[in-house]
Amino acid sequence: MSTAQANYLQYPKGLKSWLFTLDHKRIGIMYLAAIMAFFLLGGLLAMIIRLELFTPGEDFIGADTYNQMFTLHGAIMIFLFIIPSIPAALGNFVLPQMLGAKDVAFPRLNLASWYVYILGSLFALYSIFSKAVDTGWTFYTPYSTESQTAVISMTLGVFILGFSSIFTGMNFIVTIHKLRAPGMTWYKMPLFVWGLYATAIIQVLATPVLAITLVLLIMERAFGIGIFDPAMGGDPVLYQHFFWFYSHPAVYIMILPGMGIISELISTFSHKKIFGYKAIAFSSLAIALVSFLVWGHHMFTSGQSELAATIFSFLTFMVGIPSGIKVFNWLATMYKGQIRLDTPMLYALSFLFLFTIGGLTGIFLGALAVDVHLHDTYFIVAHFHYVMMGGTVMAFLGGIHFWWPKMFGRMYSEAWAKISVALIFVGFNMTFFTQFILGSKGMPRRYYNYLDQYQPLHAFSSIGSWILGLGFLVMVIYLLMSLKNGKKAPANPWGSLTMEWETQSPPIPENFPGNPVLTHGPYDYDKVLVERG
Amino acid sequence: MPPGKSTIASDVDSLFNFILYGSTVLFLIVVIGMIYFVVKYRAKEKDKLTSGVSHNLKLELLWSIIPTILVIIVFFWGFRVYLKMYVPPRDAYEIKVTGQRWSWVFDYPNGATTIGELNVPRGKPVKLLISSKDVIHSFYIPDFRIKMDALPNRYTVTWFEAPEPGGHNLFCAEYCGTSHSGMIGRVNVLGEREFNDWLESSASFGEGLSLEDYGEQLFTQKACVTCHNINGKAHTGPPLNGIYNVKINMADGSLVLSDENYIRESILNPQAKIVAGYQPVMPTFQGILNDRQIDALVAYIKSLEKK
Repeated sequence: MSTAQANYLQYPKGLKSWLFTLDHKRIGIMYLAAIMAFFLLGGLLAMIIRLELFTPGEDFIGADTYNQMFTLHGAIMIFLFIIPSIPAALGNFVLPQMLGAKDVAFPRLNLASWYVYILGSLFALYSIFSKAVDTGWTFYTPYSTESQTAVISMTLGVFILGFSSIFTGMNFIVTIHKLRAPGMTWYKMPLFVWGLYATAIIQVLATPVLAITLVLLIMERAFGIGIFDPAMGGDPVLYQHFFWFYSHPAVYIMILPGMGIISELISTFSHKKIFGYKAIAFSSLAIALVSFLVWGHHMFTSGQSELAATIFSFLTFMVGIPSGIKVFNWLATMYKGQIRLDTPMLYALSFLFLFTIGGLTGIFLGALAVDVHLHDTYFIVAHFHYVMMGGTVMAFLGGIHFWWPKMFGRMYSEAWAKISVALIFVGFNMTFFTQFILGSKGMPRRYYNYLDQYQPLHAFSSIGSWILGLGFLVMVIYLLMSLKNGKKAPANPWGSLTMEWETQSPPIPENFPGNPVLTHGPYDYDKVLVERG
Repeated sequence: MPPGKSTIASDVDSLFNFILYGSTVLFLIVVIGMIYFVVKYRAKEKDKLTSGVSHNLKLELLWSIIPTILVIIVFFWGFRVYLKMYVPPRDAYEIKVTGQRWSWVFDYPNGATTIGELNVPRGKPVKLLISSKDVIHSFYIPDFRIKMDALPNRYTVTWFEAPEPGGHNLFCAEYCGTSHSGMIGRVNVLGEREFNDWLESSASFGEGLSLEDYGEQLFTQKACVTCHNINGKAHTGPPLNGIYNVKINMADGSLVLSDENYIRESILNPQAKIVAGYQPVMPTFQGILNDRQIDALVAYIKSLEKK
């Protein structure tokens, strides 16, 4: 494995070779760039929202602008950032290498999915610059049927993005079935691959329902066909059922791959065999299946029947159990390990801390009587930020720091990275833990203005958001600096046993010289010793 | 949690606290375990082979079954309180609640109507029959721990009983547009005598007041003030001071003289003429205001000077 060979970043050269590339690594990097740009945009919107909420009343933006901002923040973060983040960016880059393959099963479909993603995001951007949507990212009817804003271009954008998601999902399913290296049986696959597999199943099965729902909404707006708007004989609650039938499983599209990354990180940096491999793998599949049956817990106060609410409440508790099992498995993996606190591990530990809070607060919301009080308050806002940001985003950042040396062949500054983790962790908790308290005190969400009694907590939360923002700013700077000045990365800086570390950093265009064969399991830290470096 | 002020609140709060304590214990187990392992098993030397333990059935059953039992307890508890919350007693006093952008309208059995303020007798179950005139709203009284969506095409029901007199906030909890956060009302729990007196007087339509003074009262009571300023500044709707007997630009380009009939029409049929620069979002007050009340509002608006 000499470094004499040209790596995938150097060869072939030229912009055209990137735009028409079929290399999963380049497509992954292109996804990463696009996704990070939207993450930045969504984050800026969030900072503006928090700034406006520092005091009650109008500070510097009006009510309508505020409504557009939180809608765009939600829509961008969900559809343009979190859903594609781990699968399309990191998954694309890592999955074939983890399997010992040269590419995904359908490289052209893979490139197409990127272009479809860009097309969808252009529609979404158009709606921002023409007349920004103000319906909330959920597009609830009949508000979305009546709103004067560019609802159609936004929903059309989301509709198109759905295809990108389906393409990626199908590609991954086939890749995982067909392109594993000789010797890699199902139970020798890294758990990140299992996570991506479970995710891909949901992507392929659930996304069409969202697409159909949005088409119905567009037809209602454009042609006046009454489906959801009662003024035209429709039923607005039907929309909620359709919407959450996708959007609840979508929550697991967001979190499952993140859980996969955490399994890799904890095992690698504890230098220890993962505890309960099969339990983790099958709990991912269990979550994927049960996740289709819990959508009604978003609607406990919507006027759906009491019986339906009861069944959904019960199933909601059941879907929580597999996640709890995973947390205990990760803990047990650390037992008697050799733990190293490199930056990716710090993200993994942050994940454990924050995701546990996110999961446990879900119990409050699953309990019918308590949910009635907490529904549509800041408690919900805090809960899903703990799961989505404290969970998925922490895993995503951990993954970026883990595979950064493999992607770009450079090491980032470990000292700055640790400062950034600390800022993000503290800032996040200040911003969002406060919102649990706000919500339990009855502060409703999506409020531009609020009563004076909530002011101290809102101010505290806004200050937290500045620390959080500063943490991200530091990260952007040292990551970009590392591309220029970073130390050259060795093939395996963490001493990890999964296959992507057996090739050079960054890899050659075909990933591996020749056809690699699996010689040891991904977590055989009891049998095989690989030097860091 | 804010202090509970309804009969159901204590049930909700004890479940809330049970979950809070339970999950705090679980959280501490995870976090203390994590910190303990990090400190105890921190790598000190070069990597070496580690233990190959891959599973432990007893342990895994333990951490699967105990949480399952706990959540099943929480489920049944939550379910029982929920049922209590949604089955109003037969003798409940019924009030019709209508959500509209951006105020709440309450109709009492004797024909009285209030906007933005809900008056209820204390110590008596009150059943609320809820619906919406436009988009979805949600009727939320944090102090009572109740919340119910207001839908445009069907009725929903919730109820409460407030044991002590006092005032409480009422929020709209389902996003409904520009003044969603201004759709805040008050719930006044009155003593039985007080409540009955109020019910009677509310049917007297401002007797003994001049039209102007009565109009000023109605301007707040009927929630005009949610959307209209009287200081010359634009809000969701146009400001209403100094608008009498002047020509006003309309959205369709025409110029309209604002006389008494224009003001009356704007209250009863707000969509007929839209002032330039504003959205056609005002609900009609047809059927909510009687003639004397409209007269009073017109008189009041006429009296407002330009600033």
